[in-house]
Amino acid sequence: MSALWEAVQGALGLILAGDPTLGGIVLLSLEVSLSAVVCATLLGLPLGAAIAVGRFPGRRAVVVLLNALMGLPPVVVGLFVYLMLSRAGPLGALGVLFTPGAMVLAQTILVLPIIAALCRQAVEDAWVEYEEQLRSLGARGPGAALTLVWDIRFSLLTAILAGLGRASAEVGAVMIVGGNIDGVTRVMTTTIALETSKGDLPLALSLGIVLIGLVLALNAAALYVKDAAQRRYG
Amino acid sequence: MTTDGRILPLQMRDASFRAGGRTIIDRISVEIASGPSSIILGANGAGKSVLMRLMHGLLAPTSGEIGWRETDPDKRRRQQAMVFQRPVLLRRSALANVTYALKVARVPRREREHLAVDALESVGLLHLAHRPARVLSGGEQQRLALARAWALHPEVLFLDEPTASLDPSATREIERVIRAFDAAGTKIVMATHNLGQARRLGDEVLFVHLGRLVERAAVDEFFSSPASPEAAAFIKGELPWT
Amino acid sequence: MDIALRILFSLFLCATAHAQQTYITVASTTSTEQSGLFKHLLPIFEKKTGIQVRVVALGTGQALDMGRRGDADVVFVHARPLEEKFLAEGFGLTRYDVMYNDFVLLGPKADPAKVTGGKEVADAFRRIKAAQAPFVSRGDKSGTHFAELEIWKAAGIEIAKDKGTWYRDTGQGMGPALNSAAGMQAYILADRGTWLSFKNRGTLAILVEGDARLFNQYGIMLVNPAKHPSVKKAEGQAFIDWVISPEGQTAIAEYRIGGEQLFFPNARR
Repeated sequence: MSALWEAVQGALGLILAGDPTLGGIVLLSLEVSLSAVVCATLLGLPLGAAIAVGRFPGRRAVVVLLNALMGLPPVVVGLFVYLMLSRAGPLGALGVLFTPGAMVLAQTILVLPIIAALCRQAVEDAWVEYEEQLRSLGARGPGAALTLVWDIRFSLLTAILAGLGRASAEVGAVMIVGGNIDGVTRVMTTTIALETSKGDLPLALSLGIVLIGLVLALNAAALYVKDAAQRRYG
Repeated sequence: MTTDGRILPLQMRDASFRAGGRTIIDRISVEIASGPSSIILGANGAGKSVLMRLMHGLLAPTSGEIGWRETDPDKRRRQQAMVFQRPVLLRRSALANVTYALKVARVPRREREHLAVDALESVGLLHLAHRPARVLSGGEQQRLALARAWALHPEVLFLDEPTASLDPSATREIERVIRAFDAAGTKIVMATHNLGQARRLGDEVLFVHLGRLVERAAVDEFFSSPASPEAAAFIKGELPWT
Repeated sequence: MDIALRILFSLFLCATAHAQQTYITVASTTSTEQSGLFKHLLPIFEKKTGIQVRVVALGTGQALDMGRRGDADVVFVHARPLEEKFLAEGFGLTRYDVMYNDFVLLGPKADPAKVTGGKEVADAFRRIKAAQAPFVSRGDKSGTHFAELEIWKAAGIEIAKDKGTWYRDTGQGMGPALNSAAGMQAYILADRGTWLSFKNRGTLAILVEGDARLFNQYGIMLVNPAKHPSVKKAEGQAFIDWVISPEGQTAIAEYRIGGEQLFFPNARR
């Protein structure tokens, strides 16, 4: 218990010291995870809505698959993306391995099923309420689904935050495709892994608390924005 | 508003609807023409809502035929609107809800705003145009749903028990709006179990019982001398409340 | 909506357009990285040439595999036989000696196998097996792992067949393996560099050192551009040339932890 308290103090010390290296690592972590969440949202919301509203053969199987993909192991995704982006692989000519771009790609793949599956559930539930009215107005298919997604946007925020949580917490994928290169692809989670492997457990724990604090702050900010907007739109 | 009957009359021939092993609508044949407002009357569970949805095209009959004068489905849809018992509004302003309906109907952007404003005015909601629709009262929301339906000036307006969830004063307001639309020439097809309302708003009554169309008559005739025993029982058994 | 799109776009730009500077990718080992040598060495090279050196730290086996795939421009590892194989396969151009350090046998101060102060590490290994004392192996095709296997061979033990539950094959890098050994109070072979900068020592201490078998040579190679045209030949060679130059060698010698020198330069001209 005292180790935890010391780690909290260590975390505060780290934040107050304002070390530029740590600052750079935090900034990169935010850039990578937020970019991945944005990409996954742009792709996942329409995908989830389409599956929720669509009727096609094999739909049940698709829903099961999408739900299962929420549990994709990060290290497996990392390995897959690495093999794709390696010079020896199909997309090697792009030369994005060991860059933040590769990390964004890997995390987008990880986060996409989470956002799509949760969106599908939310849209499916809302569709029960909205379907008749939308069809009566003549709204059909993709247009109706997107209207619905926008209308339930506040409940979808939770899905997006779930994706953000997953992205900022994972280390397996970014470690493999990023290489944990000092100053280039080193993020909070890989730094924590590195310090742990160097035996500097107190520092690793303090960094962990900084990371948790960061994600907490992001969630609080998101909730605040949501509440303000909800009051405006009802 | 003209009633050149572009999509009316509506013809139903032996239309049935079965679901979950039950026959909800049992071989109804009827023609709905322009002109008199038609009240679909019946007890709860008689099949009024399902009948309305069959007419409006939200459900397809499991046997039989339903046809309009107009065969093109888009034109058909454009000339109809439906107001449900509970209004389903988007999380936007009242005005935006109406412009949304106009947008779906592909009304050019330039015209949407003023058509929406006119519609809101006709139901007395213009002063609430920028209020979020979801914070309006029940009566205001239903009026907004009516405005949204009205904005496109459809030929036929279906109403499925529009005041069943409202208090008496809100009910009065809704009925006033419906009467105005009727006077402007829109064909009203309304389902209700409220006898007083049927008398106030209807020109003819289609009485539905256990999924069958049992009687059809002008409203005064129906209430003073119902031809079928089921209708008579219904009129007697129901306590009219204003 | 518009603001959101702008934020999105700049996020994407930031995330992907980090490297406008020339850089090379060097596949090296966790022991070299974790000793802190690169943090000391690379800024000097970068300042001189303007070439950024990006180090991906893995086990020796993995680092060489990275070279084989063409994902690195230069490999900088410490397992001579594996490096020779890499050359023979045509993936490397020329191999240069860079520096050496040594391995040390670490163990709990209580020393159940009674190896402390011994001069021969192969003998120490025999004692550990006889006592069935816990022993942590890297098990990850690294230079250290390779060296460990060579010592078992020298001790006349076929470790793959004769191991028991006392032999813990963890498949981890040097740091995590040390963490495990400290936690289990086990014996472990480690490179001095990582040990000197390791902070979670528990009851571990150096028990055997100085044996010739514990000599650990580091080598550097350019990945063959004929095999992988994407290799940055000029910049990669510039790095190699600098590392084996008097300036680079001096920089290596100057790196110390707590006053102690970690690596001993021995490049030949």
